[in-house]
Amino acid sequence: MTSPLEQKIKITGPSMVTANRTRDGVVIYRTAARDWSTDLSDAAIVRTADEARALLVESVADDVGAVGPYIAPVEIRENGKIKPGNLREHIRSQGVTIDLPVPA
Amino acid sequence: MYAYDDLDRTLINERVEEFRDQVKRRLSGELTEDEFKMLRLQNGVYLQLHAYMFRVAIPYGTLSSTQLRRLAHVARRYDRGYGHFTTRQNIQFNWIKLAELPDALADLAEVGIHAMQTSGNNTRNVTSDQWAGVAPGEIEDPRIWSELVRQYTTLHPEFSFLPRKFKFAITASAHDRAAIKIHDIGLRLHKNAQGETGFEVLVGGGLGRTPFIGKTIKPYVAGRDLLSYVEAILRVYNQYGRRDNIYKARIKILVHELGIEKFAREVEDEWLAMRDSALTLDDADIEDVRSRFSYPAYDKLPHMPEELKKAAHDPLFERWRKNSVFTHKVQGYAIVTLSLKPVGGPPGDATADQMDAIADLADRYSFGEIRVGHEQNLALPHVARRDLPALWKALDKIGVATPNVNLVSDIIACPGLDYCSLANARSIPIAQELTRRFANHDTADLIGRLHINISGCINACGHHHVGHIGILGVEKNGEEFYQITIGGRADENAELGALIGPAVPYGDVADVVEDIVEAYLALRARPDELFVDTVKRLGVEPFRERVYATR
Repeated sequence: MTSPLEQKIKITGPSMVTANRTRDGVVIYRTAARDWSTDLSDAAIVRTADEARALLVESVADDVGAVGPYIAPVEIRENGKIKPGNLREHIRSQGVTIDLPVPA
Repeated sequence: MYAYDDLDRTLINERVEEFRDQVKRRLSGELTEDEFKMLRLQNGVYLQLHAYMFRVAIPYGTLSSTQLRRLAHVARRYDRGYGHFTTRQNIQFNWIKLAELPDALADLAEVGIHAMQTSGNNTRNVTSDQWAGVAPGEIEDPRIWSELVRQYTTLHPEFSFLPRKFKFAITASAHDRAAIKIHDIGLRLHKNAQGETGFEVLVGGGLGRTPFIGKTIKPYVAGRDLLSYVEAILRVYNQYGRRDNIYKARIKILVHELGIEKFAREVEDEWLAMRDSALTLDDADIEDVRSRFSYPAYDKLPHMPEELKKAAHDPLFERWRKNSVFTHKVQGYAIVTLSLKPVGGPPGDATADQMDAIADLADRYSFGEIRVGHEQNLALPHVARRDLPALWKALDKIGVATPNVNLVSDIIACPGLDYCSLANARSIPIAQELTRRFANHDTADLIGRLHINISGCINACGHHHVGHIGILGVEKNGEEFYQITIGGRADENAELGALIGPAVPYGDVADVVEDIVEAYLALRARPDELFVDTVKRLGVEPFRERVYATR
């Protein structure tokens, strides 16, 4: 499998880096403080391919804390709120779109 | 039930401790994810959208009540209180924490359950007929042979790093409930002209990106030669199967590219050089495995007990009995399918409470045994017919007596984009909406047997290619679209469905399926002509016209 750093990085709008937390698989987002957060609103936002690559490089370096970092699109609303940029990221951020068989 | 011996138990326990050490080293940073990934996959651990997913093997779909209770315990203790039964007779837990996985595996190992070879490029869980050992007319119990293949392939060093995953399915009945024609190797037990039992061997079946129906490579292989013949196939595949392109690495591509005749010759040459080797099974080998399967001590019971005659006056019971109760090989007993397809529910899911309750009912009514079918339903294989009314009430109480088995709302569906990192589109909400549209049992009965299969991506875990109606989720410009096929089937007459036209958006899928069903009801030659037979007779065109005329 090609490393994410070997792939050509192309972004068409505001983006972030997301991964899963190693110990429990929870969805996490790379923050500007070079850490991870479970809250999308904490995500560092990048707007160019170079910025995205730099954020990905530091994210991939944290192999103990995170699994499979990748760049994903976001939408920035007028009020500055960060929203997932596609359905997959919406589901990762908000959870499944169905009722779970056993309510949480 | 199959009883593990000391060797089996030692192997499973050692595997748990090995994985515990691997997890510890991963969490400490001693192992990188690149190093760890293959190790976790070999223990059934995937990383999905929200969490790790843990796939547990249920060899040939047979569970004891003790094992089912332990699966319930894992669901409750380590997950979110439910599990998902898959199209390969396994169970998956969707919310497992890596740090807790070794404990979950250890709990399962205590009752003889493991997760070996539920992932990775090796020989996967051997699947079989969920009615094995109880189906009328069966040649013999296919689980004996499934277990022999399981033992032979488990941790086999030569076949632990195949070009791609490799799946076996075995049946011993004329009607194929194990979908052997869509497996890498399909084995059909039958008798030759001399009355000896052996196998028709099919090879190269599979779904996914490039679907193929399996082809017969050898019409008869004697039981004693089964392992050597299978090894010959695996060796040829291991040697020639492509490793340069993941999409062309399955044996079906090799068989297709070489042609079945050339592939068969290669296998035959390999086999002739090794057939009389240590792999030849003698009667004692087979008897040893056979003797470790225990069978119930059935009572001599009437076919029509008083309890059943009395309950026949209840139309709700009668509807369920006619739909979900099947003939057993022993008079006075029945096979009961438990529908895991409630109206509006996710197909194949069972809560921990349901699993515990089913385990209790299995103890009370089915000699402590439960089966898992590839259609994502469960079965109690040994129910006395006199107990059917009481069992029905108990099953209804826990929500697994929906009388929709083999009907339009008995939908096979993969987890789709709600859970799966490979998916392009959601499967479960589509299935849920369809079960609501077809919730009326009278309508479903009128429609008759109709299998809808849904996959959220081209990998086809939901077997959409072989659904009577197949639904495949794709992504177009960021939106979910669905391709619809009709005329597929997974039984002994397996066929791939044909596309009816352009993909339709998420919101239109249920309407399209309703249109197809309405067209069928108008077009069928007689009330007992099944949907799939009408499609066979008329082709896709009348259905295409109906669906796209107004779209």
